[in-house]
Amino acid sequence: MGTPGFEIPPLLKTRFQSYWLNGSYDEMFEAEGVPRPHYRALYEMLLSLPVEEMRRRKQAADISFLHQGITFTVYGRDEGTERIFPNDLLPRIITASEWETIERGLTQRITALNLFLRDIYHEGHSLKAGVVPSDIVYSCRHFRRQMREFKVPKNIYITVVGSDLVRLPDGSFAVLEDNLRVPSGVSYMLTSRTVMKRVFPELFRMAGVRSIDHYSETLLATLRALAPEDRSEPNIVLLTPGVFNSAYFEHAFLARQMGIELVEGRDLAVHDNIVYMRTTAGLRRVDVIYRRVDDDFIDPLAFRPDSSLGVAGLFNAYRSGNVTLANALGTGVADDKAVYAYVPGIIRYFLGEEPILSNVQTFVCSDPAQRQHVLSRLDQYVVKAVGESGGYGMLIGPCSTAEEREDFRGRILADPRNYIAQPTLALSRAPCFLDGRVEPRHVDLRPYVLYGDQVRIVPGGLTRVALKKGSLVVNSSQGGGSKDTWVLYE
Amino acid sequence: MLSRVADNLYWMSRYLERAEHCARIAGVHLNLMLEHEPASQDRRWWRVLAALGSSEPVEGDAFAAAQSYALDQIVDSIAAARDNARQVREQISSEMWEQLNRLFHESRRMGTPEFWGAQPHDLLITVTQSAHLFQGITDSTMIHGEGWQFIQMGRFMERVQATARLIDLHFAEFFRPTAEAMNASQHMEWIGLLRSCTAFESYCKVYTADLRPERVAEFLLLNAEFPHSVRFAVNQLRKSLGAVHEATARKPDRLDKLAGRLTAALSYTPLEEIMSNLHEFSLNIRRLCGNIHTGIYQVYITYPVEAALEI
Repeated sequence: MGTPGFEIPPLLKTRFQSYWLNGSYDEMFEAEGVPRPHYRALYEMLLSLPVEEMRRRKQAADISFLHQGITFTVYGRDEGTERIFPNDLLPRIITASEWETIERGLTQRITALNLFLRDIYHEGHSLKAGVVPSDIVYSCRHFRRQMREFKVPKNIYITVVGSDLVRLPDGSFAVLEDNLRVPSGVSYMLTSRTVMKRVFPELFRMAGVRSIDHYSETLLATLRALAPEDRSEPNIVLLTPGVFNSAYFEHAFLARQMGIELVEGRDLAVHDNIVYMRTTAGLRRVDVIYRRVDDDFIDPLAFRPDSSLGVAGLFNAYRSGNVTLANALGTGVADDKAVYAYVPGIIRYFLGEEPILSNVQTFVCSDPAQRQHVLSRLDQYVVKAVGESGGYGMLIGPCSTAEEREDFRGRILADPRNYIAQPTLALSRAPCFLDGRVEPRHVDLRPYVLYGDQVRIVPGGLTRVALKKGSLVVNSSQGGGSKDTWVLYE
Repeated sequence: MLSRVADNLYWMSRYLERAEHCARIAGVHLNLMLEHEPASQDRRWWRVLAALGSSEPVEGDAFAAAQSYALDQIVDSIAAARDNARQVREQISSEMWEQLNRLFHESRRMGTPEFWGAQPHDLLITVTQSAHLFQGITDSTMIHGEGWQFIQMGRFMERVQATARLIDLHFAEFFRPTAEAMNASQHMEWIGLLRSCTAFESYCKVYTADLRPERVAEFLLLNAEFPHSVRFAVNQLRKSLGAVHEATARKPDRLDKLAGRLTAALSYTPLEEIMSNLHEFSLNIRRLCGNIHTGIYQVYITYPVEAALEI
């Protein structure tokens, strides 16, 4: 393999007959028929493996996912349908130097956002300085008054972060959104790696792929670092909304990987501001809760009284410093899509540095001039509701009907604070194995950032792919799939 | 172990035992009715309904009512067992989950009224075989720790209650203290009772095929070695209670006493005394079991937080 001046046999060339380049950055090819150096091994393997063999491996991978029960739940259509997460066979490859930039950029961004959260719940210097308009912060649905003047353990608000990156036509990475509340998907990153190692061992050997196996261990160490100080052997648990939650598989998976208890709200009880879990051997004190339950539902006494997923009294125990919640409450302010527009300013203000990873140009509809601009060009922009995620509640201008645009115009005018607009992005494309052929599809990248005593990022992430031809929506709920993401040693 | 997990394991096992019991009784009576005088049919199916725990008085077609009740109970119990297992999937072995999941899908397929009406035995055989398979898989793939003990408790608790009730109802209907000879159809009914507890072959090994009601009672209630006898089940239940007691270091005095009384009743009550009032004896066993069930919950699962903090 790796012969210089490799000639493609005409028969095998058909493997790429449906591959075409357009204005988007192509992850694999720098020009028609010329693979980038780090994709060369994969490219040659694709040319040399018979299509039946590829199909066989694809089948082996699918069966492996099925048997592990790697599913997610789709809301909306048939109530709570369980589905297998679609996985594409071909890895998405990132070079060491690209990763170095991503790592530095995310570390910078998360550090700044954490300082921002501390600031808005305490002195509010950045708001007084006009870094972010204070009415945007205070009108945010995820702003928690209850968190004011409360010092969270080690001043860490965002312990687990999943930021969505996209690659622009010039090849640079930009942040599309930050997920600072209860980001999910990391189990797909971990399980798809396990499957890929079984399916493509020879490719792994040649490529030099950095390991991600230590994620669970790192997460556990991160959580332990945040335990209340007087607790030397902290009892750490993972709080799940329960078996009907769309990410239940992931909750169970992570709990098992870390060797900690998977608890539901009804397993916990609070007495004298101390949290206990109910075991057959009696009550056992809980010190750190990695919670995968949203703020609103975590404590019916402090937040939504109709929640049956949470624990009565948990918030007071938290404020008393007897238990750590990760992530902290109220972190949703900083991933509000309207606040997102101000993140470069936040980085400059708190760190005095230029952002390493750029933002996507964003128009905030609560600003009259920007709103006017957006309303007059609805067919060119992607309009998003600020609090939604998962690809719900958005308008993709260029693909929309006049009726849909009218509908969104009404919605924006009725509640401008709730909407932002961004130009339609040409997301980069990566090769996918579809139906015996290799075709390009749009992808994004969600690395997972852990922040305890320091920021740690496992080299990898979830590459989400829009499997529908031409589609730009990568969310699993909207027909997206995932790819294994390889970060190379060099 | 989390109390909720114990709760799920206990009920997973209880529901599966219930489905199996129900399938066996339905199968036995569907067979018996084939060679029986039509006039007695209504009484038979009312009795089946009572044995399966239906408290509703039946009017009209007892056969149809019992059929649909049995079908619902089988399908619903399997679904409930799976639902409990689903919530503790990480605690049981994947082989256990796969087996239970397979049974669930099979029972849904065979459990439609049309399929059931035409081929009831397909479902009944699948259920009993799958339940046995599940038990074997459980014993050979799961750590025999606290969780396994809760599974044992669920199974044997359900078995004691169901068997005691079944014997009670059967003796009330067919037992006559005067030693008159059995006619052929009565004979079949006693075999039916034994079959309902998978006990016919074992009974023959111990007593030969000479069927006598006192011996049937002795075998189903007091035999210490037959897995479906009440005494055997109670002994297993007590063993598991002891193991959990030890593993958790709780002080379940009341539970200990209850379990002791239950085993004593089965070990030391003379057969003549039992036969003189079998209904009362059976009722007492079930009452004690009910109290033990409540005790398990009070000590290990739903105890009040305040009480637990005082210890």
